[in-house]
Amino acid sequence: MANPWVAFLLVPLVKIVVILLAVILLAAYMSFFERKVLAYMQIRIGPNRVGPRGWLQPIADALKLLVKEDIVPERAEKLVYFLGPVLVVVPALVVFSVIPFGPAFKLFGYEVTPYLTDVNIGILFILGVSSIGVYGVILGGWASNNKFSMMGGLRSAAQLVSYEVPMGLSVVTVLLMANSLSLVKIVEAQKQAGVWYVIPGIVAFFIYFVCGVAETNRNPFDLPEAESELVAGFHTEYSGMKFAFYFLAEYANMVVISSIATVLFLGGWLPPFPNWLAAVWALPALAWIPPIAWFVLKMAAFLFVYIWFRGTFPRYRFDQLMDLGWKVFIPVSLVNLMAVALGVLLIGGR
Amino acid sequence: MGNLETLKPFPDSEEMEISFGPQHPATHGVLRVLLRLDGERIVDAKPVIGYLHRGTEKIFERETYNGAIPHTDRLDYTAAATNNQALVGAVEKIMGVTVPPRASAIRVMLAELQRIASHTIWLGTHALDIGAQSPFFYTFEEREKVLDLFEEYCGARLTLNSMRVGGQPYDLTDGWVDRCRTFVDQFPARVAEWERLLTTNRIWKLRTVGVGVISAANAIEWGLTGPPLRGSGVKWDIRKVFPYDRYDEYDFEIPVGANGDTYDRYLVRMEEMRQSVRIIKQCLAKLPDGPVMAKVPKVIKPPKGEAYFSVESPKGELGFYVVSDGGAHPYRLHVRPACFINLQALPEMVRGLLVADLIAVIGTLDIVLGEIDR
Repeated sequence: MANPWVAFLLVPLVKIVVILLAVILLAAYMSFFERKVLAYMQIRIGPNRVGPRGWLQPIADALKLLVKEDIVPERAEKLVYFLGPVLVVVPALVVFSVIPFGPAFKLFGYEVTPYLTDVNIGILFILGVSSIGVYGVILGGWASNNKFSMMGGLRSAAQLVSYEVPMGLSVVTVLLMANSLSLVKIVEAQKQAGVWYVIPGIVAFFIYFVCGVAETNRNPFDLPEAESELVAGFHTEYSGMKFAFYFLAEYANMVVISSIATVLFLGGWLPPFPNWLAAVWALPALAWIPPIAWFVLKMAAFLFVYIWFRGTFPRYRFDQLMDLGWKVFIPVSLVNLMAVALGVLLIGGR
Repeated sequence: MGNLETLKPFPDSEEMEISFGPQHPATHGVLRVLLRLDGERIVDAKPVIGYLHRGTEKIFERETYNGAIPHTDRLDYTAAATNNQALVGAVEKIMGVTVPPRASAIRVMLAELQRIASHTIWLGTHALDIGAQSPFFYTFEEREKVLDLFEEYCGARLTLNSMRVGGQPYDLTDGWVDRCRTFVDQFPARVAEWERLLTTNRIWKLRTVGVGVISAANAIEWGLTGPPLRGSGVKWDIRKVFPYDRYDEYDFEIPVGANGDTYDRYLVRMEEMRQSVRIIKQCLAKLPDGPVMAKVPKVIKPPKGEAYFSVESPKGELGFYVVSDGGAHPYRLHVRPACFINLQALPEMVRGLLVADLIAVIGTLDIVLGEIDR
């Protein structure tokens, strides 16, 4: 890439547009996927009117929300009320800049990487940026000037803060094993090790995913927006596009959590058999599948589990949620961290 | 409206007052609860009712006795059959009419099917309130089957208007017995399915065990009836203690709880559905032949007098108190609603709990505002 304009401006710009569009579309279709899967779990059919078998439903929903009246409560704190959805949706989308969807490949002679950038502190970046989202939730809840919203916002703040700790601790175990903070390097380390980190890090994997569900406010941890208690939680007063932003952010965050879980624990874009099973994965049928497809497939599996949870579990109560976070997950993840560190020391010889 | 003055002002405290309802997804209609919260903890709660008041008792006074029956459908609109049963029972008691055996059996079947239908709604909404979505759809599937049976019998699905003073307006249609048998044969398996989803579920137990506890003594003092009373371990069921419609001829158990918490009331209602199936099966097995209507005049004019007659509705003791002046219209017709009296215990049950528990307790009391506000 001789021309710096191409290398530093054009290529990243194209990538940004592609990733943004893909993520927004993915989030929109995640809602469709959820409605369909949930419907089949609940002996219903789900959306089936817009387009063939309802496939255009998310587009219709987005259009509807775009043209809907945007109501701002009279006594809301206008600026903060406006900032809330922005603060939620921007971090959710920014995180995608460091998620590697596949390995580098050649296109028209250029080497193209299917990710925006590979930051050497990728994990820290993700943890840092995604924590900003909590401000959007709490500020939006507070600015609405509605008691239900405020309770939802406060619940959310407490929940996100307490579940970030075990989540971070479980991510650290992966760092120990991979010896890197870069997401690309972590995947490559799994390739070299010939084993996905889900096997040595099964406890961390479990904690990470459960905390991820809590971080995205999904059932059974969907207290901030517990419909039956707090009407709609922090976004009770939001309508139109602002509501759509909260909605988009929730689904984008689910995709984020699933992507990171895929990268950290399920070998990212690697095919599903460790290298020593060469006989199997060298099968032409499997080798033919592009790496990015594996990535999407694994991510979709996580997203399915999200929906499955929602179809199955009742909701925790607020204090029980806190108990679970502080009294179970944090101690377990601390012990697990030490166990993994010991294992790396003994087996890895570092 | 609101009675805010009874909740003391609190200028210096951290407490917050919140009006929960009447338009709220979890208050089962138009119940409004004034809450005083310390954070999420409930300091005090005060149910405010009357948003669905239609003056039903006054309407009764200008109706004929049979004409009043459709209005009873609209009291507890999830259990029209038992409402019908209580009214016609009260009028028959003044008149001294005995219903033919076949009519009694049909009434019992309708009442027990209604209990199943009402409990399925309760389970679906209760679970939905606690956050489990799916049972709602599973229970409504079964409820539809019950409503199909009702529709076949009397043409209506919800507001049945299915009984008359002196007996039943219609005999069973051809094949109804078989279809009812098909339903009761498959129903226990579905109850078991729902129980698999909830009974041993860790989160379900966390949310219900020890929540909304009311002791047996307290329950009796508050006048609770139905599952809220039996959940506290009091074996009190009108079908057993004051049998009506030949309930004494059927074998069935009265399930009781031990701790008086939400979980026990859940178990009691689940078992009640099974017992209802048991009763219906006995009805079907020995369904008597004969007329379904006793000899009563076209225009019902009970002799001067008064009577109180109660039935075990799915929600508790539902009683009708009729005063007759010998005319074709009731002089006074008062309803003893189960939900209204059960709801009184709400503040007692939720004080000191969290907001999320309030939802669980409202669900476990299984209130229907149509009956509370009348």
